[in-house]
Amino acid sequence: MSTNRLSILKTYKLYIGGQFPRTESGRSYKATNSKGDHLANMCWGSKKDVRDAIVSARAAWKGWSARAAFNRGQILYRIAEMLEGRSEQFVSELVSMDVTAQDAKEEVQDSIDRLVYYAGWCDKYQQVFGTVNPVASSHFNFSVPESTGVVGIVSKEASPLLSLVSLIAPAIAGGNTVVVIPSYSKPLAAISFAEVINDSDVPGGVINIITGKATELAPALAEHMDVNALVLGNESDELDKDAILKGTHNLKRIVAYHEINWKTEQGQSPYFILDLQETKTTWHPIENIGGAGAKY
Amino acid sequence: MSERSIVRPDFRHSPSIDQVGAEERAARFTKRSIKKESKLQGLHLALSMIDLTTLEGKDTPGKVKQLCYKAMHPHDALEGLPTVAAVCVFPSMVGIAKKALEGSKIKVASVATAFPSGQSTRDVKLRDTKYAVAEGADEVDMVISRGKFLAGEYNFVFDEIAAIKEACGNARLKVILETGELGSLDKVRRASDIAMHAGADFIKTSTGKIQPAATMPVTLVMLEAIRDFYYETGIQIGMKPAGGISKSKAALHYLVMLNEVLGADWMTNEWFRFGASSLANDVLMQLAKEATGRYQSADYFSID
Repeated sequence: MSTNRLSILKTYKLYIGGQFPRTESGRSYKATNSKGDHLANMCWGSKKDVRDAIVSARAAWKGWSARAAFNRGQILYRIAEMLEGRSEQFVSELVSMDVTAQDAKEEVQDSIDRLVYYAGWCDKYQQVFGTVNPVASSHFNFSVPESTGVVGIVSKEASPLLSLVSLIAPAIAGGNTVVVIPSYSKPLAAISFAEVINDSDVPGGVINIITGKATELAPALAEHMDVNALVLGNESDELDKDAILKGTHNLKRIVAYHEINWKTEQGQSPYFILDLQETKTTWHPIENIGGAGAKY
Repeated sequence: MSERSIVRPDFRHSPSIDQVGAEERAARFTKRSIKKESKLQGLHLALSMIDLTTLEGKDTPGKVKQLCYKAMHPHDALEGLPTVAAVCVFPSMVGIAKKALEGSKIKVASVATAFPSGQSTRDVKLRDTKYAVAEGADEVDMVISRGKFLAGEYNFVFDEIAAIKEACGNARLKVILETGELGSLDKVRRASDIAMHAGADFIKTSTGKIQPAATMPVTLVMLEAIRDFYYETGIQIGMKPAGGISKSKAALHYLVMLNEVLGADWMTNEWFRFGASSLANDVLMQLAKEATGRYQSADYFSID
């Protein structure tokens, strides 16, 4: 009975606000591999999709940034668990997109490990980067990192899953919400990853994924006043220059990770979390505690 | 406006409304294509029609002054903006708003008559109204007694509106039907007819305290009631949808509907208002987008 069965092909859509809508533009493009196989029809996202995603991300930010840090860690770990359970699917998807079997297996494993790594950092980076500052007055003065807000991410073309995870995880670990433009040439894993996110207690809108052309979509992220930071993960000096110019209007935090090899140790660090944080300093009035000669 | 003779038709004979038809017609107004220049004009018009509102138990003189400043200076970074039409507050805040708005053309509207429930005696409601007017309110937003209306005591509702109208003196009277509590479009139409015959200068959908508040079908029914009343009597009545209109796009849809149902004579803030608090900022953000080409963030607009 199963021999003549028609294949059931997945419709890859966008991921916005915890939903999987098609692009409002109605456009699509063919994802193919080097053998010329037609892998899927992908949504060719538009600027309007990006704006919708920014609205969702902004709405989700208040709740997500206010979550207990430990709870954010639990949720990141949950994503890792769900990815682990689906690792075979991701391996075969990567293989269909020209990654060798061995590399695909490693990429999925590294992605899972990376999520666990940042899950652990969720309630620890504040202690590492927070400071108690010596001041000359009767104040207890301390600085803590806080999320910057809505972060736009342009992911890398190569290592489509690992680079995606490596860019998203530190951003959301730090309480930000993100709008991500994944790999254009190898886009399947990004939308399958959205399904994993959707099953992992991540509130809708915290992670939004728009497939499409970075050259078209990144400028929309860069010039939008409601995006607080932009992470450029792909190698394109032209795109960088444009983003930096457009980002000046609201003094966006713009970080470019071109030289990073996500497959190595270099690809994970709490400093990636710190890159998307603002520092809040509090002057707390106290009695003079200088009795023992201390200055804070 | 000329003195109206009080005519009291039998309100049981108000026309009944085809709900499906009203919903479909209302939905069609949202599909018009509005090009850039018209959109800009529409946004300016919408801004000038806003009754900037704060009706909360926690309102303070400071909050009201802040709101009045916002009314006069919606967003000074953009040139050539109109002010809003009015500031809408509780009676106890009218004096403060009046003083804060001195020298501007912005009106002070006050809710009255035991807003929002209207569950009080005629005497209390009249004194509430007179107090607001004495404090300087240019406009009074009253609520009808929905309980009496739903019990079929149309004459009671009619008499109450007529009495409040008298207490208003020169202040214009807006009658809030609270359509979210009326239950059907038939009743919305009937309540509109009662209010207009009893002396309303404006009819208004909602208090903003009950969901659903203003919707397009409800507003359409009320606009049609205004049109029919105008044909019947020659008297122009204003319309104020309130509550739930927070996006520019929705405001433009309402303006399209207004233009197509009542026409250009109503397209001014003398005859149409939006009761809203967050709409102003969304309109300003859209106008700033048109001016700069960049989509805006609420971070750069004053909260009130």
